[in-house]
Amino acid sequence: MSFISVFDVLGPNMIGPSSSHTAGAAVIAFLAHKLMAPPLTRADFTLYGSFAKTYHGHGTDRALLGGVLGFSPDDLCIRESFRIAGERGLAFTFTPNETETDVHPNTVDIRMENAAGQVMTVRGESLGGGKVRIVRINGVHVDFTGEYAAVIAIHQDKPGVVAHITKVLSDRGVNIAFMRLFREGKGDIAYSILESDGVLPDGIPEQLRTNPHIHDVMIVQP
Amino acid sequence: MDFRTAKELLTLCYQEGQPISQIMLRRECALAETTPDTVKRRMSKALEIMRASATTPLESPGRSMGGLIGGEARHLAAHAAKKKGICGPVLQKAVTYAMAVLEVNASMGLIVAAPTAGSSGVVPGLLLALQEHYHISNERLLDGLFNAGAIGYLAMRNATVAGAVGGCQAEVGVAAAMAASAAVELMGGSPESCLDAASTVLMNMLGLVCDPVGGLVEYPCQGRNAAGVANALVAAELALSGIRQLIPFDEMLSAMYQVGRHIPAELRETALGGCATTPSACERCGCCG
Repeated sequence: MSFISVFDVLGPNMIGPSSSHTAGAAVIAFLAHKLMAPPLTRADFTLYGSFAKTYHGHGTDRALLGGVLGFSPDDLCIRESFRIAGERGLAFTFTPNETETDVHPNTVDIRMENAAGQVMTVRGESLGGGKVRIVRINGVHVDFTGEYAAVIAIHQDKPGVVAHITKVLSDRGVNIAFMRLFREGKGDIAYSILESDGVLPDGIPEQLRTNPHIHDVMIVQP
Repeated sequence: MDFRTAKELLTLCYQEGQPISQIMLRRECALAETTPDTVKRRMSKALEIMRASATTPLESPGRSMGGLIGGEARHLAAHAAKKKGICGPVLQKAVTYAMAVLEVNASMGLIVAAPTAGSSGVVPGLLLALQEHYHISNERLLDGLFNAGAIGYLAMRNATVAGAVGGCQAEVGVAAAMAASAAVELMGGSPESCLDAASTVLMNMLGLVCDPVGGLVEYPCQGRNAAGVANALVAAELALSGIRQLIPFDEMLSAMYQVGRHIPAELRETALGGCATTPSACERCGCCG
């Protein structure tokens, strides 16, 4: 949302006790889990700043685990996420890192593994009031909030790839609200993130993958 | 339809001949491109969560995650049931509900941040108490929430509602300003009186620091929600009696923001001062080992 809604004031509806340490943590982990093909088999969380200090008393650990299990911030299952993770065969660890201080005060790294053997690391920041930002995927700096529908394409940094992405979206009638490209280096792996108003139509990942330089596509619906 | 200041909000109220709640509802519909029915349905859901969180601990109190609070709302209700209360029925209920919401919050229950989790007891506490005492319909209570939303929006837009930025005055202070304004509209006061009440609350809670024991949203947060309710009720009473507030809400909000930035970091949610570093709190918390 680009404006302050009445539901930003009277909201979010959330499991307590802290909008930044509990609800925000759940949102980050929820977004992270949407980036991986299920089922997840392992999730390792590294907590920085005040996340590292109060994570137990504010239920940050349960909220993070609940998020990767797919629970939204107002789902009471978050309270039981340790037990539910055990039932679903999801292994997990929490490691506070109080030595690295050059990060946003509420930062978490989530390293996930799925049954197909894929591994992904996502860094998120909890900004307060349940608002969050994903700032790294697999070590590459990115920036998106999950408030808009997003297409995240991992591709080789080659001419014509971005044109292909925007052509596919234009053919499907998707209006691009924001668009950014992040890369590890020239000709290296790049991440294109395109955000749109409303919900994205089905089939976009398949159409994007017809370009051989596109390695993977993730869709995050609002 | 949008407004950036309380002054612009007041102008809209008079141009349109409508109370603050209806202007806020129309703003939401315009900016979110949706209908009043959709917005009201969503607000009704928030109201039901508020009601559940304000009443559940009276029957089944829970222990907080940090172990600092739990059971206070039931104590208060039992005290009132013995006819030993000295607050009068509205304040007594409002304080009980406000403290109940903080119990639910601190034990990982479901609440509505209003405007934050740490200040989530004030608005539901006062509105639900008024509803019971004056037999206000749910539909009308939603007006109270939209009115409160307008005040909170102005605080978020033009100042802050984060304890880490502005101290408790920005969290419980703003929550109480929201509740006071909503109470005035529900009891038939004018838009000016609503804003006067909100301004009075910020004036009376100016400078309140954020000093949570152990860094947890438990203590003194719960008691401060009760105090916020009392401040809101007093300010609403003044405004409804026709007493005008010298300082307009926009100016008071700006003063609150400036004071917040002058509060040292030790007293802005870092748990390095105030209540958090008293010997008794440190002994109880044991956080620093």
